[in-house]
Amino acid sequence: MKKYSIFSLARNALTKHENWEANWRSPEPKKAYDAIIIGGGGHGLATAYYLAKLHGMKNIAVLEKGWLGGGNTGRNTTIVRSNYLWDEAAALYEKSLKLWEGLSQDLNYNVMFSQRGVYSLGHNLQDMRDIQRRVNANRLNGVDSELLNKEQVQKAIPLLNCSPDARYPVLGASYQARAGTARHDAVAWGYARAADALGVDIIQNCEVTGIRRDGAKVVGVDTSRGYIQAPKVGVVVAGNSSVLADMAGIRMPVESHPLQAYVSEAIKPVLDTVVMSNAVHGYISQSDKGDLVIGAGIDSYNGYGQRGSFTVIEHTMAAILEMFPTFSRVKMNRQWGGIVDTCPDACPILSKTPVQGLYFNCGWGTGGFKATPGSGWAFAHTLAHDEPHELNAPFSLDRFISGKLIDEHGAAGVAH
Amino acid sequence: MLQLQCPFCGLRDESEFSFGGEAHIARPLEPDALSDEEWADYLFNRSNVKGFHREMWLHAAGCRQWFYAIRNTVSYEFTAFYRVGDPLPDLPNRSVPGAAK
Amino acid sequence: MTNRLDTAGRIDRSKPISFRFNGKGYVGYQGDTIASALLANGVKVIGRSWKYHRARGFMGDGVEEANGLFQVQTGAKTIPNVRGTQAEIYEGLEFTSTNAWPNPNFDVLALFGKFSFMLPAGFYYKTFMWPAKLWMTYEHIIRKASGLGVAPKEQDTDHYEKTNEHCDVLVVGAGPSGIVAALHAARADARVLLVDEQSEMGGRLLSQNVQIEGNASSEWLRSALLELQAFENVTLLGRTTAFGYHDGNFVTAVQRLTDHLPESKQRGAREKVFRIRAKQVILATGAHERPIPFGYNDRAGVMLASAVSSYVVRYSAPLAKRAVVFTNNDGAYQTAIDLHRAGITVSAVVDSRSETNGDLPEIVRGLGIEVLTQSTVVKSKGGKSVTGAYVQSLSDDSKSLVGASRLFECDLIAVSGGWNPAIHLLAQSGGKVKWNDAKVCFEPDVVVQKQVSVGAANASFSLAEGLQEGAQAGDAAAKTLGFDPATNAAPKADSIKEQAIQPMWRVPYNADKPWDGPKQFVDFQNDVSVSDIYLAVREGFHSVEHVKRYTALGFGTDQGKTGNIVGMAILADALDKDIPSTGTTTFRPNYTPVTFGAVAGPDIDGTMFDPVRKTAIHQWHAEHGALFENVGQWHRPWYYPQGNETLQEAVNRECLATRNSVGIMDASTLGKIEIKGKDASKFLEMIYTNNWKKLAVGMARYGFMLGEDGMVMDDGVTVRLADDHFFMHTTTGGAASVMNWLEVWLQTEWPELEVFMTSVTDHWSTAAVVGPNSRKVVSSVVDGIDFDKDAFPFMGSRHGSIDGVPVWVNRISFSGELAYEVNVNANQGRHVWERLWAAGQPYDITAYGTETLHVLRAEKGYVIVGQDTDGSVSPEDLGMQWAMSKTKDYLGRRSLALQELRREDRKQFVGLLTVDPKIVLEEGGQILNEPAQQIPATMLGHVTSSYHSACLDRSIALALVRNGHKRQGETIYVSMNDGRTVPAVIGSTVFIDPKGERQNVA
Repeated sequence: MKKYSIFSLARNALTKHENWEANWRSPEPKKAYDAIIIGGGGHGLATAYYLAKLHGMKNIAVLEKGWLGGGNTGRNTTIVRSNYLWDEAAALYEKSLKLWEGLSQDLNYNVMFSQRGVYSLGHNLQDMRDIQRRVNANRLNGVDSELLNKEQVQKAIPLLNCSPDARYPVLGASYQARAGTARHDAVAWGYARAADALGVDIIQNCEVTGIRRDGAKVVGVDTSRGYIQAPKVGVVVAGNSSVLADMAGIRMPVESHPLQAYVSEAIKPVLDTVVMSNAVHGYISQSDKGDLVIGAGIDSYNGYGQRGSFTVIEHTMAAILEMFPTFSRVKMNRQWGGIVDTCPDACPILSKTPVQGLYFNCGWGTGGFKATPGSGWAFAHTLAHDEPHELNAPFSLDRFISGKLIDEHGAAGVAH
Repeated sequence: MLQLQCPFCGLRDESEFSFGGEAHIARPLEPDALSDEEWADYLFNRSNVKGFHREMWLHAAGCRQWFYAIRNTVSYEFTAFYRVGDPLPDLPNRSVPGAAK
Repeated sequence: MTNRLDTAGRIDRSKPISFRFNGKGYVGYQGDTIASALLANGVKVIGRSWKYHRARGFMGDGVEEANGLFQVQTGAKTIPNVRGTQAEIYEGLEFTSTNAWPNPNFDVLALFGKFSFMLPAGFYYKTFMWPAKLWMTYEHIIRKASGLGVAPKEQDTDHYEKTNEHCDVLVVGAGPSGIVAALHAARADARVLLVDEQSEMGGRLLSQNVQIEGNASSEWLRSALLELQAFENVTLLGRTTAFGYHDGNFVTAVQRLTDHLPESKQRGAREKVFRIRAKQVILATGAHERPIPFGYNDRAGVMLASAVSSYVVRYSAPLAKRAVVFTNNDGAYQTAIDLHRAGITVSAVVDSRSETNGDLPEIVRGLGIEVLTQSTVVKSKGGKSVTGAYVQSLSDDSKSLVGASRLFECDLIAVSGGWNPAIHLLAQSGGKVKWNDAKVCFEPDVVVQKQVSVGAANASFSLAEGLQEGAQAGDAAAKTLGFDPATNAAPKADSIKEQAIQPMWRVPYNADKPWDGPKQFVDFQNDVSVSDIYLAVREGFHSVEHVKRYTALGFGTDQGKTGNIVGMAILADALDKDIPSTGTTTFRPNYTPVTFGAVAGPDIDGTMFDPVRKTAIHQWHAEHGALFENVGQWHRPWYYPQGNETLQEAVNRECLATRNSVGIMDASTLGKIEIKGKDASKFLEMIYTNNWKKLAVGMARYGFMLGEDGMVMDDGVTVRLADDHFFMHTTTGGAASVMNWLEVWLQTEWPELEVFMTSVTDHWSTAAVVGPNSRKVVSSVVDGIDFDKDAFPFMGSRHGSIDGVPVWVNRISFSGELAYEVNVNANQGRHVWERLWAAGQPYDITAYGTETLHVLRAEKGYVIVGQDTDGSVSPEDLGMQWAMSKTKDYLGRRSLALQELRREDRKQFVGLLTVDPKIVLEEGGQILNEPAQQIPATMLGHVTSSYHSACLDRSIALALVRNGHKRQGETIYVSMNDGRTVPAVIGSTVFIDPKGERQNVA
């Protein structure tokens, strides 16, 4: 891999950019690999990268049915934060945030991780109790987190409607300064380029159609490009996890739902941070290009359609204008949808399964993007050692049987 | 925007209804006879099919009746609406793109 | 106006309109758009591009416009990113260029353009990484330079509306085929809605002089619109864009009502969204012309051929003195004819095809215009705007340039690379498209909703075909719906002989290095050029989605209406694939951008965002100085400050008054559900953890319900009114979800039970009279109830009346005091409240709100579900084994046997007393074993409720603490926000009256 730098940019400019090399190869699948990752999104590519980089595995394939980064990685609103309530969640997301902080340099690819801060607004007394509790727990977990009153919030976000006459007035907020956003596509591309450089075969347009077992062990996968053997298969296919689980003959506690998001036309900078509100149900930031990026909660019904209902859009826009009334004349340019798989306790599954050698990484709900590096890091450990790392052990499937759920619902109504 | 045929009220807009998840998950008659694994399966695991899905809907802003529907979770097309106690309509015999074979 | 023809066109020369652009005054006519008016005034350079800040002029005449974006008006009325090709001018209009400073002719950031060789697609992924901490600085600069228009900073003074529409046939687009479709459906009596985005209906006919039914097309158009207007079953919506096509033939459209009017004439809503459910949809959305990239094809004066015709014919703005037309199809020859007729010299028609035998080329040749076949414009000449076109011949295989280039002096280059049917709505509806090799475009293929595409939207580009398809579609839609369409034929237009289009996607400067050559723009707004696409492919981005995202192709406000297909074709070429196997990107709503205000609708003023629920007594509270708290959708009295009282002072007073004499609280917001039927008690046995069958009539019982996961979900008191009749109370916030919960179990799991339920929360008004003097107050106004302490025992329920109004009184308590809840039909709620209030005056009755309610219940250790619990708390954690039946099944019971729920060291509900009684703990404070914090700390739980208790003259708190039930008397430390830790001792949750004697007032 040729390193990117300002000098390489200048050098290539002199040769009319004719000599840039491909970010990744387009290899034909081999007959067998030591490990297969199904799903070429951010989490899958990160898993492959850390497997190769940290666990010495080289003979790895990532199988992607479409184009890499084309699932939820390429259709999300890119919020990164780690101020989760419970110890287990905070530890996992904080690991992720620490990886984000050096990710551009680690991958030699600018993922534009922008630590512009995230505000979670409180609109009633119970919101504020929950925020106090979360901030207090975050600090004791070593996660930066601040409790702000209304005046502090208003000062930081001048356009935010903090009037006491609002339907749900802003009473305060939690703030994480190290949180922010990143360039979603670049995350997939950066991991792919770095994984490819470590010898990982990234195979696009390769759909898995079956998971073969020999008794209780996984032995390989059938794909649109033939059968591929592997003793270890990691499934990282947000939205489609149940479909893959079905292929392996197991059941999962996840449901797939449409999740919609919207962007405005590009406008000059008006919002230099991220604002979330569970009570009015919406969140907003502004991309470097100038688009306002907006999201809300999932559509209520199960759906694999990558689209949702207009009522959700209407409600989200009303929520955004509750918070930022002056945006009413800004225009919404595009809307789109992804498929998220949600878990009963609003926490992910990073786990071994009843099938030996088969591992699942799913159930991130609406908030998986922020976890990309940490998820890949922990899942790689799990595959390499056939044991979860202590960071992801609490996120194993057996919690549904033991009853040891980690309920993040309260902390994550719109979990971004 | 979905449209549902409430078996009691007729064709109505989605916004009048609430979704109730997968249908026909019977509560075990003797919960104590179940192992923890079996109880967890009842409680948490869902078929979450990509394709024709039997599901529950409540006509929340209407007659307040729960009823069942068969819906394609990819195209969102409804193929049947039926009441509690009605004989189960068959699932359409059509393949759905991307569904598990 | 330097550039305006004397006759013809659709502008009204009798109505001049003054407007200002970048501070300078101009005059246009009624009927002008910003674009036509500026062009008629000779203004060519109107803005700068997003990345390189290159000078740009208009390239189109409609939705496809990528360059002509303006900041219209100022202050609260300002609108960013207005497409000048669609915005109408009006008297007093002021607007400025977007993305140009100080002005489009001299722009400081044009410096970026000079370094464009350093800034290929995706350059930012490769740099700005060192030193790492500087990224935020780099980003700040990048952000400042990017973005287009400026969002208003003042509150919008306009409002927005929404309406639901239901029609038999929705026709989108009022061009010739749409109009005919609407006519045919309307004549068959179908209810028709015709929407069109322009200020005038007619589509392409507005820019053409052709013949329909042997008459001038303008005449036909006039009479067709008159006929449509005369139908009662037809609604015509102008200035209305159908922007989204959702499941269930649900189409969203937005009508712009006032943006075209001077402020003094604006009335009513600014915009209105139509939520349309159509039985049949006819898409007559037309087609967008696409450019052909050539060197410096972005100079002002390079325009789409159809747009040129439009400016010349419709707006009588001749644009130029000399023009060159560049095309790969016959359509642009009409532009040459239009230019010629307007008196503009057409220096040449440059055609990439080797043969041009169609009717139009014949006419052009007949006009003496030079036609150069097998040729291409290789680049434009000029500064900010065009002064000439270099033309060169193509080799026989079109893969290289041959011969010397010729320079044609001109100030306009009209380009046509063919047409893209506007398939956006079709694709949004789930339909599929296929590539048509002969017509060189994607056209509709598979349709999944009740819908058909006609005319140019269906790749049927000729007028004759469009009219025919429109008529057929209108008839067919009506017939499908059971109407009886008359058999009237489609209007006739002459068919003309055409030479087939040939693909021409870029200029072959260098056969070996197709990316070589001068900058050839594909996406004007985002400055994506041919070489960027080749670079992306070289770097491994082969999927069309990757290329789009890497280069930003199609991400502008125009959504790539002109650039996407061209870019895709170049990608196909770069990959050595054909276009169908390269694939298209997904078409997403919106078709064109729609204001947030319109999408949100009337909700934006805050009053309609979510309804406020108020009790029948609300006004009394307001009159008595209550401050309110949002609880769910309700506004509940929080506390009633008197004079300058603080929250704490008011609550102290309210608490003491209640415990010492009597208080009164509005409890109307609690959820109320009536449950009737012979199996009602059996049903409650499953819902609640405790026993209900043996509850006596006229008695109440406290119960709580669990989710099937065993966690506490809701609680409340339920009264047995008769053997088969119960009255359930829920928490205020949980009322709706509990109702759904009960119904789903009853209807789908136990339909054999004979139980009926109704939510009656709003039917009843409830006044809780609380305190040792409560009996005296209540009994003094209630008739027909024996209030003797044994005749009306604790947890009893009795019926009586106040002033002849029936009331229903429950002796229940959430404070530990003697207390009565007086329920009355909500219509009499305030009256009964005021009677109780008057009766309480001898005892200094005190109204109290939710804050005092919370303190009083905390002093007794009563749980508030949702505050002391969070979905992870079991009844055993709360120490409520006493309320859990061991003899029956109930929802959630099995989960209580799971390993994790059997652990003895779960987080358990306890009381906390701070060592220093003055310190009130912070709610949410985490609990530690040691005062010193090591990070990460081991947290044992948290404070769920914490107050200063005026009755105890000290602080009290409730908490969930790991293994707390066994740690009574131990000291723990509570983490506070300022970093302190405060020692506190674990104890009972009951701080006052542990034996429960206070409610036993004799």
